[in-house]
Amino acid sequence: MTALHLQTLTELKAGLEKGDFTSVELTTALLERIGSLGPDLNAFISVLGDNALAQAAAADAARAAGNAGVLCGLPIVHKDIFCMRDVLTTCGSRMLENFVAPYDATVVERLAEAGAVVLGKANMDEFAMGSSNETSYFGPVHNPWDHARSPGGSSGGSAAAVAARLSPAATATDTGGSIRQPAALTNTVGFKPTYGRVSRYGMIAFASSLDQAGIITRSAEDAALLLGVMSGFDERDSTSVDVPVPDYLAGLGGSLNGLRVGIVRQHFDAGLDEQCAAAVKAALAELEAAGATLTEVDLPNLDYCVPTYYVVAPAECSSNLSRFDGVRFGYRASEPKDLNDLYCRSRGEGFGAEVKRRIMTGTYVLSAGYYDAYYLKAQKVRQLITDDFQRAFESVDVIAGPTTPTPAFKLGDKTDDPITMYLNDIYTIGANLAGLPAMSTPCGMVDDLPVGLHLVGPHWAEGRLLQIAHQYQQLTDWHKQAPEAYT
Amino acid sequence: MSRNWEVVIGLEIHTQLATKSKIFSGAATAYGAAPNTQACLVDLGYPGTLPVLNEEVVRMATKFGLAVNAEIARRSVFARKNYFYPDLPKGYQISQYELPIVGEGELFIEDADGKQKRIGITRAHLEEDAGKSIHEGLDRHSGIDLNRAGTPLLEIVSEPDLRSAQEAVAYMRKIHSIVRYLEISDGNMQEGSFRCDANVSVRPRGQEKLGTRAELKNLNSFRFVEKAINYEVERQIEILEDGGEVVQETRLYDSDKDETRSMRSKEEANDYRYFPDPDLLPVEIDEEYIAAVRATLPELPAAKQQRFIEQYSIKPEDADILTTSRALADYFETAAGATDGKAQVVANWVIGELTGALNKESLEIEQSPVSPEALAQLVSRISDDTISGKIAKEVFEAMWRGEGSADAIIEAKGLRQITDNSAIEAIVDQVIAANPGQAAEYRAGKDKLIGFFVGQVMKETQGKANPGAVNKLLKDKLSG
Repeated sequence: MTALHLQTLTELKAGLEKGDFTSVELTTALLERIGSLGPDLNAFISVLGDNALAQAAAADAARAAGNAGVLCGLPIVHKDIFCMRDVLTTCGSRMLENFVAPYDATVVERLAEAGAVVLGKANMDEFAMGSSNETSYFGPVHNPWDHARSPGGSSGGSAAAVAARLSPAATATDTGGSIRQPAALTNTVGFKPTYGRVSRYGMIAFASSLDQAGIITRSAEDAALLLGVMSGFDERDSTSVDVPVPDYLAGLGGSLNGLRVGIVRQHFDAGLDEQCAAAVKAALAELEAAGATLTEVDLPNLDYCVPTYYVVAPAECSSNLSRFDGVRFGYRASEPKDLNDLYCRSRGEGFGAEVKRRIMTGTYVLSAGYYDAYYLKAQKVRQLITDDFQRAFESVDVIAGPTTPTPAFKLGDKTDDPITMYLNDIYTIGANLAGLPAMSTPCGMVDDLPVGLHLVGPHWAEGRLLQIAHQYQQLTDWHKQAPEAYT
Repeated sequence: MSRNWEVVIGLEIHTQLATKSKIFSGAATAYGAAPNTQACLVDLGYPGTLPVLNEEVVRMATKFGLAVNAEIARRSVFARKNYFYPDLPKGYQISQYELPIVGEGELFIEDADGKQKRIGITRAHLEEDAGKSIHEGLDRHSGIDLNRAGTPLLEIVSEPDLRSAQEAVAYMRKIHSIVRYLEISDGNMQEGSFRCDANVSVRPRGQEKLGTRAELKNLNSFRFVEKAINYEVERQIEILEDGGEVVQETRLYDSDKDETRSMRSKEEANDYRYFPDPDLLPVEIDEEYIAAVRATLPELPAAKQQRFIEQYSIKPEDADILTTSRALADYFETAAGATDGKAQVVANWVIGELTGALNKESLEIEQSPVSPEALAQLVSRISDDTISGKIAKEVFEAMWRGEGSADAIIEAKGLRQITDNSAIEAIVDQVIAANPGQAAEYRAGKDKLIGFFVGQVMKETQGKANPGAVNKLLKDKLSG
């Protein structure tokens, strides 16, 4: 039998169903692995040993009683942005260093109801603001492929945990690329659904109109399995949409024959690393060989994605993070002189530099006299970008390209230059602005560092994206490659 | 107040909507619970929580809009008003800014000359209330009660069409009456369910341009609105007549000292950084919805007043008073309907004795111990001459104390009016005989003494004699 930690979620599910091993055995094995390999990666903020074992035992009992849910006994990790009842939920911030959530996020609740076992809470950029996991109050996460490098962010802990085979899957969130970019940099599969597909209730907000929960796994099939459970309307989130959730697993079959793939010329312009470009082109050729047709599509406003994003996202975050004021929960400055001092020091001491930068940017663009020039204009451009995608999807089924401009960069390389850091999300941000489903799947290696293929589909086309990725994964084995130290 | 100055007032009325749960959460809205027992995680602004609109508030706001003949926005948007305060858990208040649910409307008040005057309504928008800060009795600390946080409010903004404190109060009373008719608010002013901010300015008569205004905050009684505005108007005129300038600022009315005080000036005002709330979808309303809400509208005060005047032939000012609340109007209609064409008498009784008795014991009309049917019976006994109006007051008091119906009390106390002329005649003879001096004076031309004789006869009959009959008999006998 393949070692448990090397099996995908789908394989583990089959093993549990056949009785090859129990959830307690599986959970124990992974907890031991997290104990020995986890600290060097710093992928976890909390490891929930006792809790996980209790859930595993309950899952085994449920299975024995014939009540096994879809994910009964299968281990996962939650990004520490999801509230989990009675569990520390930090969002990677000093502000919430001691915050024990009094309730479960909908994502947490749905996965728990399906029988999943939660191994721990993954490290992340502070309040999901970052592309390298270096803004975390709990320190950076190291990329399992090269500890000197970043695993990407903000879901760096989730991606590193899955890439290092510490967990077969991890929940994650994506506001501008926070699922797909780390997936690309760690050779994992990262899926961001359509905005409104997965409930945001209980997911600590960064930018409400862009945030979307998703998943990091090692295969498209595993992503399909989990998304089926996580997705669907939630009356507690007004922006979740009541669209039926198809059976993603059942839709994975079928060939790529006749698939219309759109290629965006600007994606292959100067900003893209040449070797990455070669890997992505090879992947496109693979799709073509499988029967897909490649067409160039035009996204004329693509260049405005990053600036638009860096107006909209900070604006929303500046308001969303106002609730962290030291009054009711979270970090509170000691011995405040007065109310103003309480606010200033609690927020000044509780938030890190990147979070403060974005709060200040956001406050500025919403201010009287600047609102029209920045926020309102950005919203208009956002609509143009959405229209561009809509037009493109009239002639293609999917847009394919690179997930990131380069493979994983060194920790510390970009920390002094926020603009360069922001450009890491240049290919991924469009999908967030337009609310489209998008994913990254492994498609090559450059100097022993993974490269991701980015797929974007029209609204509610999650099933199609998963099918394309799954079929591509039948033809290639990039997604099966593991960092040497973690096999 | 100088006649050279024109007063300009606009009101922002905050009406608490009478929903069972809050505007964006499932927590209860009941008043008076122990602090922080009616605030759920959403109200507390916990990380990860999200607002979900209570549909009921949309229905209520639509009702109000239709009642004041306003445009109902087919699409309205919730926005965030950002500012820090400990009783504002999220650091922003969810309100409506650029696209409110109710657009321009109107209502009519009576001006000082008794003429109908149109007051424009600029807009009405939905928003959540904040919590309450408590500064007393906590030893240099402040307490926060978030029970009220998230309570639904409808803010009704008028045009600056009001020209005196009296008009402002008349307008506020109309709105108060409408929201209670519509059953969208209990209108309870002591509990803060109905309060207003007044924008007050003065300008030289004939000048087009508005003067600099002061905003008077949180006025929670009709009396305070009137007093605060009057104080403020005098203050502003005094400043201007002394050659000074009014400062644009927010002022607080101190009812103990009957004065307004500066709270903060325009320079200190917050930049609220309004923007559409990305957690909430725009509210979209179609014709069908509006038609369905329209079908549920009750008869409104103005229409009811008109109908009362026509149907019951009562005085317009009485009809105005009787239609202040639906319950009062219903009481009147039930009672008037049970009498035979004595609606004006019923109106007099409801406005006079009944209202007086209710006020004395701080009771609402619904709690009246005298039912409308019982009052109707009393009024009928006056009109069929069973008792006099004076005796009726005594009967009413007994009814109020729960001693039974008018008929039962009249019987038990023997209050039936003496209508038998021969019986009265005997007493009249007896009284004249007992007072020969006064009789002589009367005959000598001292007409006023008739009152004395009537009084004597009434005293002998314990008020039960028909006053008309007594009068006539006395005159006949004395001049005979």
